[in-house]
Amino acid sequence: MTRAKYISLLGSYGVVLALLLLIVFGWARYDYFLGFFNITSVLRYNSMFALVALGMCFVIMTGGIDLSVGSTAALGSVVAALFSPQGAWIGLGAGVGAGLCVGLINATLVTRLKIMPFIATLAMMLAASGTALLLADNQSVSVSYDSGFTTIGQDNFLGFPIPAWIALGAYIVGWIVLNFTSTGRGVLAVGGNEDATRMMGLPVNRIKFLVYLASGGLAGLAGVILASQFGAGQPIEGVGWELFAIAAVVVGGTLLTGGVGSVGATLAGVLLLGILFNVLNFENGKGWISLSAYWQSVIRGLFLLIVVILQAKLSSRGNAVKDH
Amino acid sequence: MTDTPQTAHTNKRFDAFEFLARYGTLIALLLLVLFNLAFTRNFATIQTLNVNLTQVCTIVIVAVGMTLVIATGGIDLSVGSLMAISGALAPMIFLGKIIPIDNIYLAVATAIIISIAVAGLFGLFNGWLISAFRIQPIVATLVLFIAGRGIAQVMTNGNLQTFRVPQFQFIGLGRIFGIPVQVILMVIIVLAAAWMLKRTVFGRQIIAIGGNERAAELSGIAVAKVKLLVYAISGLCAGIAGLVVIAINSSSDANQVGLGMELDAIAAVAVGGTLLSGGKATIIGTLIGAMTIQLVRYTLLANGVPDAAALVVKAGIIVLAVWIQQQGRAHA
Repeated sequence: MTRAKYISLLGSYGVVLALLLLIVFGWARYDYFLGFFNITSVLRYNSMFALVALGMCFVIMTGGIDLSVGSTAALGSVVAALFSPQGAWIGLGAGVGAGLCVGLINATLVTRLKIMPFIATLAMMLAASGTALLLADNQSVSVSYDSGFTTIGQDNFLGFPIPAWIALGAYIVGWIVLNFTSTGRGVLAVGGNEDATRMMGLPVNRIKFLVYLASGGLAGLAGVILASQFGAGQPIEGVGWELFAIAAVVVGGTLLTGGVGSVGATLAGVLLLGILFNVLNFENGKGWISLSAYWQSVIRGLFLLIVVILQAKLSSRGNAVKDH
Repeated sequence: MTDTPQTAHTNKRFDAFEFLARYGTLIALLLLVLFNLAFTRNFATIQTLNVNLTQVCTIVIVAVGMTLVIATGGIDLSVGSLMAISGALAPMIFLGKIIPIDNIYLAVATAIIISIAVAGLFGLFNGWLISAFRIQPIVATLVLFIAGRGIAQVMTNGNLQTFRVPQFQFIGLGRIFGIPVQVILMVIIVLAAAWMLKRTVFGRQIIAIGGNERAAELSGIAVAKVKLLVYAISGLCAGIAGLVVIAINSSSDANQVGLGMELDAIAAVAVGGTLLSGGKATIIGTLIGAMTIQLVRYTLLANGVPDAAALVVKAGIIVLAVWIQQQGRAHA
């Protein structure tokens, strides 16, 4: 087994194990933790992050990064809200379309103009946010409640929130693409060694183009859910989403240098970070300790710190094993 | 024969791109000034100059540290959060919330020194993560980007701290010979950093690491130590900028101080002509880059374009600057 695979496996199992432990802890300690209401609200809220993290996971596997996802989601939510009076599907399509546009520009900047992903998507973060503010006239845009648009974010299907179904569907598609298609294998190959992949004759630029496009589309979809769930397109939402997504992807054991990654572990990473807050809220409710909301970001940061140090330790040990 | 004109043609292209890559931002800045002189009312006044300089100061101070970090091939996302920490800590000290100090001058001096030092220590922590664990800079500094603002918010419980302490606010509101103090501070920092980068061994080592880390290590440069110092300097710069911001505002809001500063600083560095992959850096370029971005925003706002549209324009400028820079490099 290669070093990269070894780390990734440990990472994936580690995050799933941590997730299970956290759930068992919550179940044992709080009365309503595994209650229907709590489960559905956690799923409903975190499905947006799950979608953004899925796109980010693919981008990172190619060795790139997409910093624009947060403001793309904001733009998607505004566009979806503006189109929501025309009907649920049109609102949905418009929001996703807006995200795809941002993704298209990102993809063009990265693959055609060869601008570093970091800086290209940073610029698009500003541009998407500016466009969202312009379209929304600097305020939140309320959605239409008559056209059925709010169904997407607020209703249930077979007892579970529709956003959770959407996210689940996206992850299944993502998993299939990564594991059973040539494009998926290409994604990991590009991240592992771009030059070698090009020499092997794989369409490197096309693969990279597709991942940025997908990341934009998924962020737009997250924006649609945002608008539908909270009843308004919100141009200033999404700040910091890109970093939450990166954190979730890293926690899921995907290496930021690319070439290694897992769709399932990313989902586990999102749930782990999401449930961590849920547990904190319950703990506050118990009254033993009282942690203000501000502690959440400190704890989130600490958590990320532990994960990256563990990842670094593991990868250097993997290195040592390989070297001898 | 047929080849000759083509070669001449491409040669000309080389020069144009190289020229643009080197002087493009400066030319853009000069064009902006000319444009404003012609079309913006009341542009050629001391007040306009002061408004623009005071607004750009904090960005430049942070961007100087960021330039050094980027020169080593790294990045520092935590600067905005570190500004919030130093901005939250200083008032707590000079208002006597931690330990009462009777002499106001002593209290202000203690506040300034301790809060900048704390920001520097957090920067050192970034450097430690990056050099000791070989964690990628973008992830390592992401930790404090997330946690740092939380720390500032927890320290102040998210409350706004307001104050009226002229002895402290001198750094944001005072003037020496009519020049705002923070502008003088900015000039000193820029000159010191430019000198250090060009004329000292440390500066040379920074560039060497960014150019080729492995080669730098093999040639005997203490890479880990240099990186530690660079991130610490970035932290110190952020700490100073945080103090200037709260001094101007007469208040410190941990939720707001330095928000989005990492992007402004990176944009200034990129537009200024420093290679984002490391190995080539210019502090004066960063200064010009920051001033160009500021002047673009000012020009748009002064001519009635909404702030949101200015964001889109800023994005275009960043992409254009980086693209021209890359073309210049590819053709050179």
